[in-house]
Amino acid sequence: MSSLTQFIAVTDMNIRNLPQRIGTSLVVVIGVAGVVAVLISVLAMATGFSHTVASTARNDRVLIFRGGSQSELSSSLSRRAAAVIIDSPGIRVESTQPLASAEAIVMVNVPKKGDKDGANVALRGVNPVAFAVRPEIKLISGRMFQPGLDELIVGKAAQIQFQGLEVGKKIAIRGTEWSIVGNFTSGGDTHESEMLADVEAVITAYRREGYQAITALVDDFTKLKDTLTSNPELGIEVVREPDYYRGQSRQVDAILFFVAYVVGGIMAIGAIFAALNTMYAAVSARTLEIATLRAIGFGPLPIVASILSESLLLSLLGGLLGAAVAWVVFNGNAVSTLGSNFTQIVFPISVDARVLVTGLIWAAVVGLVGGIFPAIRAARIPVAAALQAQ
Amino acid sequence: MSVVSLRNVVKHYTRGKERVEVLHSINLDIAPGEFLALMGPSGSGKTTLLNLIGGLDRPSAGEVTVGGERVDALSGGQLSKWRARHVGFIFQFYNLMPMLSAERNVELPLLLTPLNSAQRMSNVAAALELVGLADRAKHKPGELSGGQQQRVAIARALISDPTLLVCDEPTGDLDRETAEEIMGLLQMLNKQQGKTIIMVTHDPKAAAYASRQVHMDKGRLVEGEARTAAA
Repeated sequence: MSSLTQFIAVTDMNIRNLPQRIGTSLVVVIGVAGVVAVLISVLAMATGFSHTVASTARNDRVLIFRGGSQSELSSSLSRRAAAVIIDSPGIRVESTQPLASAEAIVMVNVPKKGDKDGANVALRGVNPVAFAVRPEIKLISGRMFQPGLDELIVGKAAQIQFQGLEVGKKIAIRGTEWSIVGNFTSGGDTHESEMLADVEAVITAYRREGYQAITALVDDFTKLKDTLTSNPELGIEVVREPDYYRGQSRQVDAILFFVAYVVGGIMAIGAIFAALNTMYAAVSARTLEIATLRAIGFGPLPIVASILSESLLLSLLGGLLGAAVAWVVFNGNAVSTLGSNFTQIVFPISVDARVLVTGLIWAAVVGLVGGIFPAIRAARIPVAAALQAQ
Repeated sequence: MSVVSLRNVVKHYTRGKERVEVLHSINLDIAPGEFLALMGPSGSGKTTLLNLIGGLDRPSAGEVTVGGERVDALSGGQLSKWRARHVGFIFQFYNLMPMLSAERNVELPLLLTPLNSAQRMSNVAAALELVGLADRAKHKPGELSGGQQQRVAIARALISDPTLLVCDEPTGDLDRETAEEIMGLLQMLNKQQGKTIIMVTHDPKAAAYASRQVHMDKGRLVEGEARTAAA
């Protein structure tokens, strides 16, 4: 006698019985769909954010800023210090040109699309060498800004999220109209949320005396770091890009994962109770059928497995529904968040396979936990008493 | 040689601190091919006794032997398998699976055997033919009359050729005419196929179809006289 045959027969009966319990079954499906939709969309945000931040980083690229300043924005470097740093050993040199870009980063308030309130977009003043330091930056429309002029180019992500950043338009910065002359992409990294202009034009507009940070490509990170950190006059910090962005994204990552797992977890507990309620009701409604099957000779294990399968099936249906909703509504959408240096980082929500599988695993866990106790109750139905109780 | 033998069978339940005696030292032998009607007032213990013989319950004390096997000594899992091989149940309210067709209901006990699908369906067709429902194989219980549903239940009970047919008020939910048809069918199975049948009933007319009537009262057997079956 085959337990598998028994299991298939009982599960088949349970599933045929589902239309009669459509209301209570939908409670489980919709409850789990809600859990999975929230989980997947927030995890997709976290994934998109991590991907955006991670794709900014190259291991042979470093950020150099004033010691203790934590980020580019709160740093400052004098022109003299910048000159010393750029000529330091360890920085990659190409045709006598050190691949190091001294930069000034300022905030420009720009209204978001569909929103009256503005948000800070980073305007990064760069040297021409910046495009050799960041070869991923590519002009996709318009032209490059001219050195010394009030012109800028806008990242693709910033242009999508903010108003008035199309090529040909002008933007007021410090009382002066700056022309938007181009639009660039940088492979989906954080710089796509920025605007780029000539560093001297930015320094002049903001009446700065120096730069804020230097981004450089390195041939020998240790040598550069040792040289720069052993010079007490400079008082600077040298950080590889991946370490820098990991630190910058930690807070946002923590918030997103908190929302995904804690809020998702609380919702999942609710869904488990819904599943428990539904499956207890299903077992209760089928007590006589279960007792009859047990009287005929069906074993308790196929009964347990069939109840669990039904619960799992309902939860996975909910999981697929939630995943579909998250995918249709959110996948590929761009959202922005406040980075830790008070700039907006625009990143895509990417509902990828890993996130979908995580959502479905959660759905399966809800189904199994919600089904196990009713299944055990079904297996323990006292057969003789249940048959007599009809 | 008995096919069913009960020796000093006692059954009691504990309800809170109270001990409820249901069966008192029952001794009973049922011969192969016998059609036994178990009668008595409500609460006399006849269904409890039927459950012990059918392996749905175990005695508090005493021995229940069916086909030479000590049923009271079997574990829960062993009892399930034993029931599948040796007992066909017929219930008052038929206990068919409402979502399955008549043939799928009848097939259920065969799912516990090594028969393949074609063999199962062949046996199902023969069983439905025997109970006169070959043309209702695809109907669901809700589409059948009470008498037809009980015939499906009888086919289900017969399908795996069990040692015993155990019937609990098989005509209790049927009108007189249909009840007589069902009793006629059971009698035919007893006489022509040699099935041993043990039937609990309140109905003297149904009991008249049995070859022996046994009366119970307050958990004790009051053996009735052996009778010839009703015509």
